Amino acid sequence: MNNLDHTIEEARKEFDQCQSVTDLDQAKAKYLGKSGVLTQALKSLGELSNEERPKAGAKINIVKQGVEAALEERRDAIQNQIQAKQLAEESLDVTLPSRKEDRGSLHPVTQTLYRIESLFHSIGFSVAHGPQIESDFYNFTALNIPESHPARAMHDTFYINESYVLRTHTSPVQIRHLEKNKPPLKIISPGRVYRVDSDATHSPMFHQVEGLWVDQHVSFADLKGVIEDFLQNFFENADLKVRFRPSYFPFTEPSAEIDMSWKDGWLEIGGCGMVHPAVFKHVSIDANQYQGFAFGLGVERLTMLRSGVQDLRHFFNNDLRFLQQFI
Amino acid sequence: MQFSENWLRSYVNTSFDSDALNHVMIMAGLDVDDSHPLGASFKDVVVGEVVAIKKHPDADRLQVCEVNVGFKTLQIVCGASNARQGIKVACALVGAQLPSIDIKEAKVRGVESFGMLCSLKELGLAEEDNGILELNNNLKNGTDLRTALDLNDQITTLKLTPNRSDCLSLWGVAREVSAISKAKLTPIHYEVNPIKHTEKKSVSVEEVSACPRYCGRIIKNVDNTKKLPEWMVKRLERSNIKTISPIVDITNYVLLEIGQPLHAFDNDKLQVNVIVRYAKPKEIIHLLNDTKIELSKKDLVIADEKGALALAGVMGGMSSSVSEHSKTIFLESAFFDPIVIAGKARLYNISTDSSYRFERGVDFSNTREALERATSLIIECCGGEAGEITEILNKLPVRNEIHLRLKKLNAILGIEVSAKDVEDILSQLGFEVNKTIEGFKVTPPSYRFDIAIEEDLIEEVVRLYGYDKIPSHHPMSNHTILPSLGMAQHKLKEALVSRGFFEVVTYSFIEDDIEKALHDNHHPIQLQNPIASQMSTMRSSLWGSHLEVLNYNLNRQVSRLNIFEIAQTFHGSQKDFSEIEVIAGLSYGSFLPEQWADKIRDVDFYDMKAHVEQLTSKTLTFKRSENIPSALHPGQAAEIFLEHQSIGWIGKLHPKWQQHFSLPKAPFLFELKVEALLKKTSFTYEEISKFLPVRRDIAVIVDESVEVDRILSSVYAAKIPFLKEMVLFDVYHGKGIGESKKSIAFLILMQDTSKTLVDSEVDSSVLKIVKLLEKQFDALLRN
Repeated sequence: MNNLDHTIEEARKEFDQCQSVTDLDQAKAKYLGKSGVLTQALKSLGELSNEERPKAGAKINIVKQGVEAALEERRDAIQNQIQAKQLAEESLDVTLPSRKEDRGSLHPVTQTLYRIESLFHSIGFSVAHGPQIESDFYNFTALNIPESHPARAMHDTFYINESYVLRTHTSPVQIRHLEKNKPPLKIISPGRVYRVDSDATHSPMFHQVEGLWVDQHVSFADLKGVIEDFLQNFFENADLKVRFRPSYFPFTEPSAEIDMSWKDGWLEIGGCGMVHPAVFKHVSIDANQYQGFAFGLGVERLTMLRSGVQDLRHFFNNDLRFLQQFI
Repeated sequence: MQFSENWLRSYVNTSFDSDALNHVMIMAGLDVDDSHPLGASFKDVVVGEVVAIKKHPDADRLQVCEVNVGFKTLQIVCGASNARQGIKVACALVGAQLPSIDIKEAKVRGVESFGMLCSLKELGLAEEDNGILELNNNLKNGTDLRTALDLNDQITTLKLTPNRSDCLSLWGVAREVSAISKAKLTPIHYEVNPIKHTEKKSVSVEEVSACPRYCGRIIKNVDNTKKLPEWMVKRLERSNIKTISPIVDITNYVLLEIGQPLHAFDNDKLQVNVIVRYAKPKEIIHLLNDTKIELSKKDLVIADEKGALALAGVMGGMSSSVSEHSKTIFLESAFFDPIVIAGKARLYNISTDSSYRFERGVDFSNTREALERATSLIIECCGGEAGEITEILNKLPVRNEIHLRLKKLNAILGIEVSAKDVEDILSQLGFEVNKTIEGFKVTPPSYRFDIAIEEDLIEEVVRLYGYDKIPSHHPMSNHTILPSLGMAQHKLKEALVSRGFFEVVTYSFIEDDIEKALHDNHHPIQLQNPIASQMSTMRSSLWGSHLEVLNYNLNRQVSRLNIFEIAQTFHGSQKDFSEIEVIAGLSYGSFLPEQWADKIRDVDFYDMKAHVEQLTSKTLTFKRSENIPSALHPGQAAEIFLEHQSIGWIGKLHPKWQQHFSLPKAPFLFELKVEALLKKTSFTYEEISKFLPVRRDIAVIVDESVEVDRILSSVYAAKIPFLKEMVLFDVYHGKGIGESKKSIAFLILMQDTSKTLVDSEVDSSVLKIVKLLEKQFDALLRN
């Protein structure tokens, strides 16, 4: 039997010479392969006497474990080297720009509309829609604006024919909704409206949100509370002041303009009032049993104030440099 | 309505300063549109007198003036050619601040100067320089110029709502301010003019309901070339009313003062009778603004035997107008029913101060007083003798008693207003108030045309009580669960936004030619009064507008654009229309933004198709249909179907339109009906199979014209056993497969829900598919 005293040391030296897993496997065969030193040593145990065998066997096993440990150690080292090399090779300039795919944006008016809708939804208002080509009846008459009423001159109206117009406000949706639904009801109706007017502060088409709350005891005080809460939340400013100033709309009585504090003064932001009994009469609701309020807000105006856009025309030019700011 | 605040204060003596006065008016519903001090602000300018003048020793154009400014005499160098001894001048003292210069002691070419003689321009009172201002000789030296010229005034402009015709006069505003502030009113003195002659006009009012009250009188021997008193000129000027001739100016003055429109006819140009009647059909009148209009039977006119003299309540006629030669005038003061006058000014495009008031309502209790007032002023200024007033009085509007319930008032307002407050406020406003058990019986005054129902009174009360005093009730939740907000549209929008699309908002109107040719709508809905010709027609598609947006951006060096919009489109005819909500998009330029990582290529049909498919979880089918829209390239257009219903189109812009819009490349477009996309379908869960699918790939060669979609639908329709999915993964044209042919490769997934498939089952199914392709599409299997 060969002397195995230095086998572990020899093996370790040999393993350390190996630079790849293939080399290492070849080197391993020399010790642990079929004709390897240790395999041979184990085979030759049979030649020993019964007394010598256990002692020699134990010794071979210790050497074998030592060689195996050296092998694994070297294998790990080689693998670590390979991985380190791979990692080094695969290293990137992570500051390069991404593989660009762009995200578009919702139009600022849409963003404002969603904001308005969700704020009112949170206090129980649903959303109602109506047509944009509207009959004279719904746009004017049912809202207590008869033919040749001076208030019609306040609405520069686009006419389709003698009895149809492009709606000048979203208020006709009120009438359509009241015709089909019985109080109590709370709705807002957002949408496009049209007036014959065009400059930096007027657009022939713009967006309005009309609100309506009808119930048995809805009062002017409720109107003030809802509008105040809405504006403070919309502008995320709990200190925002809101002022109600007497005004005139044929479809509300009493009527008010809504002003809000802005910079050093007041800014008109919408109109409102208690629903006029004549409006209730058109939709067969008993004004002695029900009362309610209506309000109208300009969507572009709210957007301009929140975003700082100065010229109304930007909203309709659809300049990409404008739209990209609202991502 | 614009006026001088000093004029207003001559009727109502309030202690408020200008700002406070404006504030209380605003908070009572009289909106102050503008309020500014008269003229520019300057001080330390006084009345001076040039007592001596000599030439400047060293300058030809300058003179050295000795100016008496009351407390002393100053030496002032002046360059104005009209400076001369004896005139009264506006003298700015050392230390004065003028709009564009501060006055200091100066040496002008060696001569000391202690002030400046001012022109109107230097005082900020005129645009042009016409030499130094020469003042009235009776002004006292040393008087502050602002006082001397009555410049300490504020110019106020009210923006009145159409219901408040009672405030369309200085007196009306004063009455309102008095009610708000409780300040005392100084009444206007109406003199009854003595009758100096017997000439009288016979007036026949044929339309008594249109003209319930008509007053008129003849004034003889007037001189219409006289100068108006300065105080009246100032008041008119500060109300932005041009002076024309004393008689016309005085009628304008009375209109502003008490709100009654008046009209003066040259009596020598009239026939015998004055008739108030409706116009005859096609009757022509030549109006004072030198336009001729053709009247209709709905127009009320003042006429004589020869024809219409004036369009009642709106404008007088040329033929009977007063001139500087007029010696005898017929002065009219009438009340016309607002309904009769309403809309006339708009109809004939001649809004006048008179029509503006009549269509809103003029106080019918003042008709005669206004006539007396104007008569006094005319006689005072132009001389003349008044004749007796002819008055035709019929049924005037009645002011009905209105019941005001205190309970109702408090319910509407959400507060408790005391009975006493209500009574006080209504009385201050000139209402007649009588107590009842429930509240009050209230009768509005003649000058209020806007008070008819209980709610009107409630507004009157709260207007003066103060909107500010109503508390804000913050909304309480009503605990009703609402259906979720209509966010389905939002989902469509988000889908496109996340794919790089920008939402646009474009006008609903478009150029008529584009609507006809691009949108194939030959009978479009047109606006009767468009704002511009390129915005004259309601659009039936969004494509035209989106191409405009593309052009707008291309002109601003954008080379790549993805946009979309959800909007109504308008269909039908001029008489019968419907609205369809659509989602439309446009994609132009490179598919990806320019970058280092991927190769840049232009967007194509299949990119757009992918965008569209993302809008719904349901399967859309794209078919090559007949009637391809004119906007689209016939070879790259598809009609889109959802559950066998046509819901829109997708395609490349037709080259002729690409040329029309001068686009370097062709954009891709789509437009779909929103309603169809949002239709809800019930969802059913399908059990996940425990058995894995088996994949087989096949490739076949078919004619170029064979549409893949037809192949797939045929295969699916044949109900091949175990077929789960068949997906196209390659299309090849070119070498090795022959002309006008293409090679298409599919992956085929087979699956059974109850067992693992064996090869023979799979092979048999694939064979069935191959046979079907061979038979129906003349396909050749590639090995």
